[in-house]
Amino acid sequence: MNRLHVEQPGALALVEDLGRPGFANLGVAASGALDRGALTLANRLVGNADGAAALELLVGGFRARFEGETWFAVTGAWGSVRLDGRAIAPYTAARGRDGAVLEIDLAERGIRYVLAVRGGIDVPAVLGSRSRDTLAGLGPEPIAAAQVLAIGDEPEASVPLLDQEAAFPPPAGAVAIALLPGPRADWFTDAAHANLFETEWRLSEQADRIGARLDGPPLERRIAGELVSEATVPGSIQVAGGGQPTILLADRPVTGGYPVIAVVASASLDAVAQLRPGQPVRFRHA
Amino acid sequence: MSRRLLPSGEAAVLVECDSLEEVLALHDALAADPRPGVIELVPAARTILVAVDPERLPLESAATWVRRVPAEAGSRIAGRTADEVTIPVVYDGDDLHQTAALLGVSTEALAARHQAAEWRVAFIGFAPGFGYLVSDDWPFEVPRLDAPRTRVPAGSVAVAGAFGGVYPRPSPGGWRLIGRTDAALWDPESDPPALLMPGRRVRFEAIGTG
Repeated sequence: MNRLHVEQPGALALVEDLGRPGFANLGVAASGALDRGALTLANRLVGNADGAAALELLVGGFRARFEGETWFAVTGAWGSVRLDGRAIAPYTAARGRDGAVLEIDLAERGIRYVLAVRGGIDVPAVLGSRSRDTLAGLGPEPIAAAQVLAIGDEPEASVPLLDQEAAFPPPAGAVAIALLPGPRADWFTDAAHANLFETEWRLSEQADRIGARLDGPPLERRIAGELVSEATVPGSIQVAGGGQPTILLADRPVTGGYPVIAVVASASLDAVAQLRPGQPVRFRHA
Repeated sequence: MSRRLLPSGEAAVLVECDSLEEVLALHDALAADPRPGVIELVPAARTILVAVDPERLPLESAATWVRRVPAEAGSRIAGRTADEVTIPVVYDGDDLHQTAALLGVSTEALAARHQAAEWRVAFIGFAPGFGYLVSDDWPFEVPRLDAPRTRVPAGSVAVAGAFGGVYPRPSPGGWRLIGRTDAALWDPESDPPALLMPGRRVRFEAIGTG
């Protein structure tokens, strides 16, 4: 069996797949890779099924050594990727020889890399998924330095000869995010709705897999009362008491007690996953 | 029974009902008549989230289904039978005295009321296995803490609003802590993984006062 020796995990290295939908009535969020497009692309590049478990690497600074000869692909964030010191093209499949060292430097664009290996990361599934849910504490623990990860059996599909999809690095400047109406849009003033779409927001330092808080002018409420907790979907923009919006992400609590003014269109959710603190964000109507 | 349908992105609709009883009745009716393409049905105090795979069940079809399903009110809280679970409690929570004082009763009376009530799990939310318990025998409406704790220990027995609950694992939280238990509330290896499944009857039993 092939294995991956993680010498340096970087800021946060997690095993993620496409998550565990269907358990929200038990209080369990779907979790899964934040940049789902990056996960699917990385898996396709090495001939895996779309939902095979891969590593989600926050920021980068990752180093690992292959045991056994293994195909791999790095997608999502954009930065220097080196195999035995030689640069390899981003978003392509490459083959690591037995003993080869893979280094993924700090991201220059975006913030979350996905590293897929042919056969997938083989760790025990919890409720049908190998994803780490950072809020609920479900699934495999964050990867530690010197940890050795088993790689699953090779899939039947071969490694595609040509890269199948055009892929573009995450943008460095302002990012446009499409929004749909939220369930509690009517709890906010007209000025708040105008502000939401006219402000150049910035991703705050308070951003993780649970939610991404945005800095900008407070969004004013028309209805001041308490909302009893209700279920949210990924991409819900929840507005806390102080008026600051937070985009709820894959590891959010299943129910929340703040009104949701709008919901990020699913096509824009991967872009949210790649925002860097301080990066400008503009909302538009989907 | 009125149902308001609220938008929640391109793959879900939030259904708002007039009361928790209506939520539970409608949830039971929806769960008994499932449509292919429904991924999650998530009841809460006044709402049910219906999340779908829009390629298999368009949102408009889901909305029509939700509007048309007939639901008999009161089916779960009043009638459903399920195994009763007894949860042993030490009534020594950090908020026990203050909560009793807020409600104008002694700490002994508060603990006695909590044990005398026949609770039922209405729904799960907030965290894996965190059941929201309701009881016709529980007369109190308990205000939440003004400043939520950043860390509530696992096994904390708590009350807030008209609900009772037990924290399955350490987490932040704003409910008032009246006791603690060693009961295993959440085990992903078990089937079902949650001890307090919706519909289950629950009793609390004092095993000491610390």
